[in-house]
Amino acid sequence: MSKSTTPRVESLSSVSIRRSTHSPVFTLIGSLIIIVLLSVAPWIAPAQVASTLMNFFILVIMATMWNLLAGYAGMVSIGQQAFVGLGAYATLYFALKGVNPFLTIPLAALATGAIAIPVTYLLFRLRGGYFAIATWVVADTAMLIIGTIAVLGGGTGRLMPGLENLSPSQTAHYSYLATWIVALIVVSGTYLLLRSRLGLVLASIRDNEVAARSAGANVRSARRTVYIIAAAGCGAAGAVLAISQPFIQPTNEFSMQWAAEMLFVSMIGGLGTIEGPIIGSIIFFVLQQSLQQQGVWYLIIFGVFAVAVALWQPKGLWGAFRSRFRSELLPVGHWVRRDQTLSESTDLHE
Amino acid sequence: MIWVNVIIQGILVGGFYALFACGLSLMFGVLKVINLAHGDMAVVAAYVAVLLSPHLHIAPLWSFLVVVPIFGLLGYVLQRTLIQRSIDRDPFTTLLVTFGLSVVIENLLLELYTANGRTVNIGAIIAESWHPGSIVYISYVSLVVLAVAVLVLAVLQLFLSKSRTGRLVRAVADDREAAQLSGANYKHIFGIAAAIAFATVALAGIAYGMMTQFAPTSGGVNLLFAFEAVVIGGIGSLWGTLVGGIALGVAQQFGAHINPQYQVLAGNLLFLIVLALRPQGLFGKKTALA
Repeated sequence: MSKSTTPRVESLSSVSIRRSTHSPVFTLIGSLIIIVLLSVAPWIAPAQVASTLMNFFILVIMATMWNLLAGYAGMVSIGQQAFVGLGAYATLYFALKGVNPFLTIPLAALATGAIAIPVTYLLFRLRGGYFAIATWVVADTAMLIIGTIAVLGGGTGRLMPGLENLSPSQTAHYSYLATWIVALIVVSGTYLLLRSRLGLVLASIRDNEVAARSAGANVRSARRTVYIIAAAGCGAAGAVLAISQPFIQPTNEFSMQWAAEMLFVSMIGGLGTIEGPIIGSIIFFVLQQSLQQQGVWYLIIFGVFAVAVALWQPKGLWGAFRSRFRSELLPVGHWVRRDQTLSESTDLHE
Repeated sequence: MIWVNVIIQGILVGGFYALFACGLSLMFGVLKVINLAHGDMAVVAAYVAVLLSPHLHIAPLWSFLVVVPIFGLLGYVLQRTLIQRSIDRDPFTTLLVTFGLSVVIENLLLELYTANGRTVNIGAIIAESWHPGSIVYISYVSLVVLAVAVLVLAVLQLFLSKSRTGRLVRAVADDREAAQLSGANYKHIFGIAAAIAFATVALAGIAYGMMTQFAPTSGGVNLLFAFEAVVIGGIGSLWGTLVGGIALGVAQQFGAHINPQYQVLAGNLLFLIVLALRPQGLFGKKTALA
């Protein structure tokens, strides 16, 4: 979004385009340190910390996918729990067929992505709020259909097979690593996706849909691609959820709670930024851990906070930070600036 | 005969869905806002009715005389403050804000009044019914609710087409800028539309509490049904909503008759079929979709 006036481009040589606000080396080194620390966390930290981190990663995956959907492609879905649930049940299904539960994660992601394709043909007939509630109808329908399948435990649920041969600590370590790897793939994949051609198309749609169409962007197909990717990502989240909490029940896996959490976290952290959902998830977990004796108050406080952010700080905490300090950790936009001759900044972001 | 009963029960419950949905339809038609907290407002109204009537020394049956005006006022105030503020941003924000409110209200009710079911107690009449055929039972309460739904829709239709304020509401809904140029204060009109929507949803909430048990989580399911009724009937058509509600109710009763597990599923499937074959709904115009 352009903040300042459009600079008159006298000659191309006076304009430079950069993506990062600082040297990417710092981001790279910082990321590497965090990646190494989080990879060995279950061996160096107490089990309680590792399991909290695992839930944190699951939320980061879901929120990143929701943010891709809403923050970048402008689709508000309150039914992404459909794909969380379908991912969990795909894992259960493949595990019942004898596949190693950990190997079912990519299969579950593919399966949910495939299910999402026909769903888009129904949902894309509606827009805005009606689209939002229709996604919920889809989630409700998916839950009810799964609940009628006896092999998958029906309405009462079923225990995930294939984990009995592992010791409790092995299970804990493996499922931690699986969750962490999925989170890493989802976040870095989203980052790369947004820097790709599709990311550029999405940015152009967000800024001006009519202009994007007239410039030849295929809006519908870009949205469809994003919807399918977001479904697959939530499917993967559901798969790791099924492994970490191996009693699979329709009301848990398809819970509206997932939609509420991914939405609040993205809103508070900042829609339309990669860092936002991660920061929102950190705040969510700090709040949840410190208020866990007080029932659902953490969700009430978090919800009020999210509404306040949506009304008074719609770019979220990271968005506010970014526009104040003009700094980014994971840049996906473009900075167009005139060369040093001008002391006043004429940045055009994205 | 058994299928006649299924259809009659479907029509009865469909009337309730239409009552629930007309506020949703009005808010969308005029404000272009989908209130995702619509269902929770109904539940709050039912709680207020239950908690207030002992203090006011009135029978729970008549609590709506107090609660409905309160909710009308609440709707006006909420619109002029929170909802207008989010409309000023963009439609996207209104969705996020109303969804946030929905989750907050639901969990607040859970925290304050537990997950236990409650009812708006109207005494022995709840169990009484008219028995016109061998296996056909028509509950008096459901019949009254259906009559109230038809009455509310008729009054609303009359208000929108005949009264000065109603015509202003329609003008603002059709073209806000043009109505403003002609001197309409659109924020006030929005407030009136929201007040009507909240009043009808309060009525629906109390009716729900009379017919069956309600709990903090009842709002979500009912919003889903109301929304399905609106889309099946056709977005932007008040009588379409009634037909949509009845179609949904009949589909659900058919499903329940085959297997109680299929009740909600059958309604959802009808919704998805309509969406696939006739996305503008039974009575809607195609333009309403854009």
